[in-house]
Order: sequence, then C-alpha cells, then structure tokens
Amino acid sequence: MATVQGHTLGDRMPRKEDGRFIRGKGNYVDDVRLTGMLHSALLRSPYAHARINSVDTSAALELSGVHAVITGDDLAEQGLAWMPTLAGDTQAVLATDKVRFQGQEVAFVVADSTYIAQDALELIDVDYEPLDPVIDSRKALDDGVPVIRDDKEGKDDNSIFFWDAGDKEATGKAFEEAEVKVRQEMYYPRIHPAPMETCGTVADYDVSTGEMTIHLTSQAPHAHRTLFAIVSGLPEHQIRIISPDIGGGFGNKVPIYPGYVCAAVASLVLGRPIKWMETRSENLMNSSFARDYHMVGELAATSEGKILGARSSVLANHGAFDAHAQPGEQYPTGFFPIFTSCYDVPAAYAEATGVYTNRAPGGIAYRCSFRVTEAIYLMERTMDVLADELGMDPVELRRKNFVTKEQMPYVSVMGWEYDGGDYEGALQEALRIAGYEELLEEQRQAREEGRIMGIGLSTFTEIVGAGPGKKCHIAGIEMFDAAELRIHPTGKAILKLGVKSQGQGHETTFAQIVAGELGIPAENIEVREGDTDNTPFGLGTYGSRSTPVCGAATAVVTRKVREKAKKIAAHLLEAAEGDVEYEDGRFYVKGSPDQAKTMDEVAFAAYTNVPEGEEAGLEAVTYYDPPEMTYPFGAYICVVEIDRGTGQVEVKRFIAVDDCGVRINPTVVDGQVHGGLAQGIGTALMEIIDFDEEGNHLNSSFMDYLIPTSMEVPNYELGEFVTPSTHHPLGARGVAESPTVGSPPAVVNAVVDALSPFGVRNVDMPLTPNKIWKLMREHGVEA
Amino acid sequence: MRINVNVNGAMLEAEVEPRLLLVHFIRETLGLTGTHWGCDTSNCGACTVLLDGEPVKSCTVLAVRADSHEVTTIEGLWSGTDLTPVQEGFHVEHGLQCGFCTPGMILTATEFLERNPDPTEAEIREAISGNLCRCTGYENIVKAVQWAARNGSAQEVGA
Amino acid sequence: MQVPARFDYEVAGSVGEAVQLLERYGEGARLIAGGHSLIPMMKLRLAAPEVVIDISGLESELRYIEDGDGALRIGALTRHREVLDSPVVREWYALLADAERMIADPLVRNMGTIGGDLANADPAEDLPAAFVALDSEVLVRGPDGGRTLHIDDLYVGPYETSLDHGEVLTEIRVPRAPGGSAYSKVKRKTGDYAAAAIGVALSMEGEEIESIRIGLCGVGSRTLRARGAEEALTGERPGSEAYRRAGEIAAGECDPIDDARGSVEYKRDLVRVLLGRTVDKAVERAAGREV
Repeated sequence: MATVQGHTLGDRMPRKEDGRFIRGKGNYVDDVRLTGMLHSALLRSPYAHARINSVDTSAALELSGVHAVITGDDLAEQGLAWMPTLAGDTQAVLATDKVRFQGQEVAFVVADSTYIAQDALELIDVDYEPLDPVIDSRKALDDGVPVIRDDKEGKDDNSIFFWDAGDKEATGKAFEEAEVKVRQEMYYPRIHPAPMETCGTVADYDVSTGEMTIHLTSQAPHAHRTLFAIVSGLPEHQIRIISPDIGGGFGNKVPIYPGYVCAAVASLVLGRPIKWMETRSENLMNSSFARDYHMVGELAATSEGKILGARSSVLANHGAFDAHAQPGEQYPTGFFPIFTSCYDVPAAYAEATGVYTNRAPGGIAYRCSFRVTEAIYLMERTMDVLADELGMDPVELRRKNFVTKEQMPYVSVMGWEYDGGDYEGALQEALRIAGYEELLEEQRQAREEGRIMGIGLSTFTEIVGAGPGKKCHIAGIEMFDAAELRIHPTGKAILKLGVKSQGQGHETTFAQIVAGELGIPAENIEVREGDTDNTPFGLGTYGSRSTPVCGAATAVVTRKVREKAKKIAAHLLEAAEGDVEYEDGRFYVKGSPDQAKTMDEVAFAAYTNVPEGEEAGLEAVTYYDPPEMTYPFGAYICVVEIDRGTGQVEVKRFIAVDDCGVRINPTVVDGQVHGGLAQGIGTALMEIIDFDEEGNHLNSSFMDYLIPTSMEVPNYELGEFVTPSTHHPLGARGVAESPTVGSPPAVVNAVVDALSPFGVRNVDMPLTPNKIWKLMREHGVEA
Repeated sequence: MRINVNVNGAMLEAEVEPRLLLVHFIRETLGLTGTHWGCDTSNCGACTVLLDGEPVKSCTVLAVRADSHEVTTIEGLWSGTDLTPVQEGFHVEHGLQCGFCTPGMILTATEFLERNPDPTEAEIREAISGNLCRCTGYENIVKAVQWAARNGSAQEVGA
Repeated sequence: MQVPARFDYEVAGSVGEAVQLLERYGEGARLIAGGHSLIPMMKLRLAAPEVVIDISGLESELRYIEDGDGALRIGALTRHREVLDSPVVREWYALLADAERMIADPLVRNMGTIGGDLANADPAEDLPAAFVALDSEVLVRGPDGGRTLHIDDLYVGPYETSLDHGEVLTEIRVPRAPGGSAYSKVKRKTGDYAAAAIGVALSMEGEEIESIRIGLCGVGSRTLRARGAEEALTGERPGSEAYRRAGEIAAGECDPIDDARGSVEYKRDLVRVLLGRTVDKAVERAAGREV
C-alpha cells in the first residue's frame, strides 16, 4: 500500500536503481578507468599436477608495452606467494614449487593493454615436469596416490577433514529396527555460478598518501578489506575497497582470488592503478566452483511411510586448496546438517569426508546457502526413492512426515530451531496451482499414448541469514550486519549498509524497510553500499543473508531513529513523550490525532529546534546479531516431457510456492525466484564442470558450460505463502536461494517419475539427452 | 589503420590496430562503457550493439569492419530525457536485476520490435535467445518486451 | 576476454582483388566475411593468420538471393538471417529455413554468411548438410577464372574443402526446388552444435518417393550423404517400415565420434530416429501439408 507520497514496505515498487542500467550507465569494475592505469593477464598452468622447474620471463619482459612480470618466486621474497583461505588453509597466489590444478596461476603480466598482456603470456617459458593427477575424489584416499599438498609439513595423504553430526547410535538403531529402508547413491556435479560479469579488480595504490583503493567485484567488501589488511600487512585504515555495480555474484565473488592479490602487489610496486579482469575461461576454470559432492542418502521408515531415521554420507571434493567459504570451522559442510529438512525425523546422522584433488578450489558458491542445495537434493531424491519403494504417492509420503505448524518453533534432531513453517499449507497451494489431480490424469493419458511425461515434487526448508555471532563467523569475524540511517533536515534520508547487492535490488527494498518504519517514502531514501569508507562494517551479501540480518538491522536502526524522533515530536507538541504515539509517518498526542507532527517537521526540528538535553541530528547505527537463522521454505512441482527418440527433456511447467515470510517487495521476490529456477533447471539439465583423466577441464567456455537461454525455460507459475518469521523484526526471511535449492530435485524427480514405469529409480544430473537416451534404451524404452 | 565510424549519430575518426575488437573500440577507445562483455566465445550477447541497425555481437566484429558503417550502442538510445518504450518496459516489468545483460537485451529487443511490432511470446523468446541472462530467468524480460510492444508507438513514456 | 594475436589487414575491393590478395599472401592469409567462425578461433588463438583479407564489403557482387527458372542462387555474403526470412526459401526450400532457425542464435545469424559457413567445412555445421540434401552446386572464382563444382565434391575432411587456397566461394546454387524438404537437429540447448542433424530433400511420384537426398551433419569427419538410406527409400512408399529400414542403414553410414554431445551409439541412434521424422516431414510438405 503506497503512502500518500510514495512507496513503502510490501509494495511492488519499481526499482530505483534501474535508471542507470537501462541507460548503460552502470559502473562495473571493468568500467573503471583511472589515469595511468595498466592492464594485466595471468599465465596459468596447462597441467593439473606438475612440478615447476623454472619460469623464464625474459622474452615477455622484452615485449614492447610490458611493464612487469611477477612470478611466484618474486612474491615469495615478500612472503606473499601464499595466502590464507576462508577455510583456514593456505592457497598459492602464484605457484612456486608445483601447480596443483589446471589453470593455476603461475605468473602475472602487467602491460599497456590486455592485448599486449595476452601476447606476453605466450612468451613466458615455464619448464613443467608433469605429475600424475588425482582427479576423482573417490580415488583421492587410495593407497599410493600422489600427495597433492606436499607443501604442508608432514602431510602424507589427501584428506582434509572428517566430520559428523547427529546421533549415530540412535540412528543406527532406527535403521536396524525399521521395516523399510532405502539407500541411494547420488552425485551432485561440480557446477559454476557463472555470473554474466566475470571477476576482477582495479588496484590503485597512491604512493603519495600510502592509500590503496581497490575497486573489486566483491560481495563482501568489508570482510575483504580486513582480510587484505591481514594478508598484505598494509594498515587497514589505508585500504579502501569499493565494490561498485556487480554483474551478478551468486557466491562467485565471495573468495579472494590470486588475481586480486597480484593486482594489488603490482600497484604497490609500480605505483600505478592496475586492472585485472579475468576472461570467461578463467572464470569457469579457476574461480570458485560449486557442489561436487558424492552423497549417499538413507531413510528408514515404517511400512506406512513414517520416517524413523535419516542418514547421509558425503564425499566432498574441495579441489587443490581448501578455500571453502564456510561460516565457521565447525561447519566444514556448511549447513548440510539441515538435511532432515521439513520432515519430523526422530533420529538422524550425517557424516562427511573432505578431500583434496587436482581441481580448482572453492565449493561454497552458486546460491547454495552454504550447501543447503546439496542437503535438500539428497533428502528430496531419497524421499522419492522411499515413495517408490513403498509404492506410495510422493505427495502422501511428504504429508505423512511434515513438521506441522503447531510444532513451531521446531527444534530438529540436528539442533536447528526453525522460525516457522507451514509445509502442509505450502504444498497444498502448490498442488492447487498445478492442478495436481488433472496433472495425474494428463499423465495417465500421456502414458496410454506412449508419451513419457513426469511430475516431480520438491518440498523443503531452507536455512539462511548467517548468522548468530556465537555460531557463525567468516575467517573469525562474527556474522552480524550493520545499518546506519541519517535523516536530513528536509525529511529525506540516507541509509548505509554493510551488505552488497549484485542485482538483488537493495537500493529499493531497503528503502522500503525504512519507509515502512518511519513513513518517509522509499523514493526519498538514498541507499548506499559497497564502499568501505562510508558504510558500516558488515559481512556482505550471500547465503540469502541480506534481508534476515541487514534487513533486521535496518528495521532496528529505523526504530532507534523513530525513538529520538518521538522525543523531538513530543518537544514540538509540548507533550510528555509517553503521551505521543506514532503511526504512518505522523507523531500525535494520544487521544488527539489532530495534534500531530509529520516526519518532515520532526526532521527539520532535529536541526533547528533541538529539545533540551538532546543532541542535534537524527541518526543511528545498529550492528545486528541475529538470534537465529531464518528458515524460508517452499513446495515446488515440475512437469517434464521426454522425447523417447532423442532423450531430450523439456520442462513444460514449473510451479513454485515460496514462503519467505513478510515480503518487502513482492516483485523483487518473484524476480529472485525466476532467476533461481532458471539456474536450477540449468543445473538439472545441462550444467557440469567435468575433467578427463589427465585433469583437463572439459567445460571451459560457454560453448561447453551450458546455461539456459530464454528457449530452455518455461513460464514459471509462482505462488505466495506468508508465515512471518518468529524472531525477525519484520517477520522476513530471505528468499533468493530457495529456488536453486528446491528446483534441481523437482526436475530430477520429474524425470525419474517419467521413467519409473520402466524401472528407473535414479539418474544423476545433468540430465543430458545422451544420458536419458541411454537410460531409456537400457530399460527397454524404444523410440 | 584509420577508420571512420558513425557512432550514435556522430562521425568519429580513430587510429586502430586491425585486431582491435569492436567491443573494445567502443569501451576503451571511445569510453562508452554501456556495452559489456561476458565471455570469450561469442555466446553471451552482453556485447550486443546495432551495426547498421542490426544487433550483432561486437566482440566478434573487428573495429576496422565498422569503418564507414553505423554503430548504435545503448547510449545511443537515450536522448538524455525520455526513455524508449523498451527501456521503460524493462523498468516497469522488472526485466533487470544486476543490469549486466540489459544493454544488449534492450538493443536486441528494440530492433526486434521494429521488425515485429506484435510478436508472440515464442517469437520474443527466440529473438532474445542470443542474449544470456543469469539473474532474471527471462520471465520478466519477456514481459518487458511485451509491455514495450503494447506501449510502443503513440504512448508518451517519461524518464 | 581473450583477444587475437596481431595480423595485417587488407580490404578487397572486388572478388578479383580478393583472389589476387590470396595469391600474393599465400597460406598465411585468410578471408574474412562475417567473421563469426574465424574471429572466435583467432580469439582463442587456435587460428593466427598473418594477413586477414576482408571481403565483407563486396555486397553488390556477393549478397543476393535470386530465384528464377526453378533455381535458387544465393550469393556468398548473404547472411543467415536473410536466408531464414526469405519467402522463396520458406516456400520452396523449407529445409534451409528449418536449418537456419537452429543455427547458432539470432545475433550470429545477422553477421554470419552462407559463403563463410560453407567454406569453413566444419562437419558440425548445418548448412553444408542442408545444401548436400538440395543437390547444390557452388561457384568459385580463382586465379584461373571461375568454376562450378557439385557439393558432393566439395567436402573432403574436417575444415577441409577441395578448393584451392587461392579460390573464393562466390555463390551456392540449387538447380531445382525439391517437392518437399525438412531439416532436423538435436542439440543440448540453443546455440549448441548438433549432436546429430539431418537434412532431407525429396520429390514424390504419386505415392512413392521418386528421388531423395539426405545430408548428415555432425556425425562424421565431414558432411556426409546417406546414399544407402537414399537408395532404400527411392521408389518406396513412405511409412514407418520404410523409415525403419532406411534409418538403420543411415545409422550405419555415419561415423560419429564420442564427445560432450553424445556417444557414438547415441548419435547413430539419433540418425536412425531423425531419419524417419525428417523424411516424413518432407513428404508431408511435398503433399502441401504444413507440419
């Protein structure tokens, strides 16, 4: 509902930030042009595993236009050849002894243009001695395989961690006693966020002031600044990180990449701005991948379908360096322990082994909510396997096992306290939108005609909003977030945030939060993010945390401002503070609504008629430590048809009902769901980062890493469900990763459903035409 | 090599290497950064500009090829005040999120609607199938083009 | 983004001049027309010609679609989009429109040229297979003047035509419109190359297939013609049994490789399946029924 002058919380407000983007006036890192700026390129290893005998840069240095070539040895002299990762490991900035994945950074060229820099790469001569690579995580712990991290003192194998959670004994007992048990192995392939803008930086060291300004594709500028300071030794107050417009993040822009460090070093050394922008090929091959989990899902149940226990086992492929952006060392599998999901599971146990392989580092990325994509995929696939085993409709099986809304707030056996959830209600809504009974009838018809049609379900809870400081940290920094609000004399406002949008619309949605609390139209509130010099310290935007944490901070800070505004209003109204009420941007005397002051009047008075004992001004800052995570949830239904001749899978319909609590801007929410569904469909049908036995990357361009075009996705049918969060100040939860969590299992479940009459029970993603064709022919399905 | 290119209505002259790609000519030589790039293999369409009125991938065209031809970039659509119906449509229908694919999408859609002012949804999806978007799932981009089709000719649209 | 290595650049003012420039610069020179095969390869530095000879300006000589006397003539600089939009093509040479709709994406089709596509001889490209089905001829100009060669004699291997280095492909000509034609392609997504694709052009005599040509794309080291399948269908009544037999034969006639788009077995089966579907579509069109 709009205010008299403009928009507020809950409105489908068109976005304020659109103006610059539709005119081509966005300011992305590659648009930054500074006087004296130089360009760069990284030389990367063609081998997955090789010793480096020598690096000869002499010919490259002689090329006209080349200013510097930095090698691992050069960095080692400054103690910069290695850097810490977000997982407490170390990662090579530029390789010194060995290269450990194809594409690993070996040398950094600085030149007048990217053209010359790329020319120079061809002139650097590296003497490699290839070593046997370890590519398959399932072989990484075999006897006799090469030790990848021989740089670590005493390291004699490729293991990173063993982790478990839950009650192993109770769960074991439940399985022993259960009438029905299912076990399903599955692989969630290595995939990539592939935002349309690749990663990059302009590092600008000013010799005269000692200040380093870094323009960075960063989802977390403050955290990056602190990490930069720690790693480089540069004083933190002299580092400024500016994260400008970002062309999509999806987790790809959370890690610190060697290219960033090299650019900063080069700028320090040369005293000039250095731009480094990675190519798409570099982005796909070397920046943070996602998933790559071999998993086993197990469910134990009664013969009526009541779940008695759930178990999961994971083999996690972390690549050559553990750069896993997890929210604390106690979460080496992120929030995978949410895997019991929206079901009331009495006993559960999860274990995981993490290994090194000769692949690029990363793992937590691509809208995964810290591995919730993997956890929900495991549970939803195993649920369907259980339904198949029981001969039960997948819908019925879920309904039998949902946590009910009466059980909220529900504490799961894995230790999470859910802030609300009406899973039955959301499923009902999804079934209604889909016309489930008609769909079943349509499927019966199709099968009679020999067409292969499938209906797939996915119900889930998410866990987002990292997170409570006692539990969650990134490299030691607690995961609060911050908002700073100032009201100007003429009643307009500026809001500064510790998070950083990469397309999520914060300039609009966060203004709407303030508008809802203070009655100032969202149009009149300027929102600022991304510059560490003029925003409060926050942990950034990923894991759907902006609304739960910074949205809460914004609501709280606005209420703080409102408290002072009330004092000023009381002063203006010559009433006791306790007699003044607030509603919709007006402060009025209790019982006399005509005796009122508007927010505009109060704002002006904050500077011109300050009450006795009060400071002038009208502003506040809040650092918000969320008491708990938030738990958005959803129910998705996917309808597919498979061409029995060619194996091609077409997604004909996709129904998505999401509950993210109170919706700040329903249009923005819908847009987030649309985008996530497209990514989930891409994940299910066509995306994979794969390697041959030598460790050669097979999907290093958009010719081979396939993401959907407008032709590969349907119209999405969205449904809305609103159950306010029990603890969030606005009742909001965050939503942007629900669609990538919930959609891949819905698509796979649909394809398996389509082929289940022929005896198919599982198939791993991506569901390429070849793979589906092979499955069909193996099960006797002819063209 | 010396080239003369009409860029957004203005005749420009420049000295360029033959290998300079049109996208870099536009971005680096001319400083028009509204045209983006997102891949190495001519797949993504973020670099779309109009060459003699037709949308092309400027990363796959040599700047020297544009000699004596006309190039229109996203900046060329905006006259300084009013938005075009396509631009307005993207705003009204939330057809953009991060904005990176948006200039390319807008140019492709603009030329498409000139040729096909009353398209079906299937035709719209086909027309934009050379422009990748990772944020929107395409749903609202299609709606944006439909909005522009409905509000194209006579309607006044403000900035 | 990756960028090309340095090269010298010449603009040809006529086909004759292009021929001369090719002769002058020898093997280190490449022609550029639409550039959408060459430039991507140069950016990845898989191709690094010393000299690039630009013929894109030769529009008055080489950019046309003409039909007359039952023949279709397409100039080498004609764009994919123009072929797709051509009413003559849609009416009489429907398989070209089918194929064009599935080639790359609309933006690439605005720049890519027919001549460039055909001369590139990429076994995974669609137009060669479509023109093979159409019993076409290519016109070529070289240092010794012009010559015509049948498309069956054009493709010798991957990225290899029978043209001499100094020859320029100027026109593709289809002497006679088929009774009906169709093109089918299986790909993983828009913009992808074919896992397998097939082009069919035929003429009917009453209820029987009088003549038929079948071009295969993406299932061999060069564009193939499924002669055995053609023979199996010539003189036959169209129907599932005839298609089944011909499909088996066609599957055996191709020589696909394992790659990301599919296994050898998969691609052979695609040829088998697509053959019937595509012939049937062509038959329907020959009978004046749009599918």
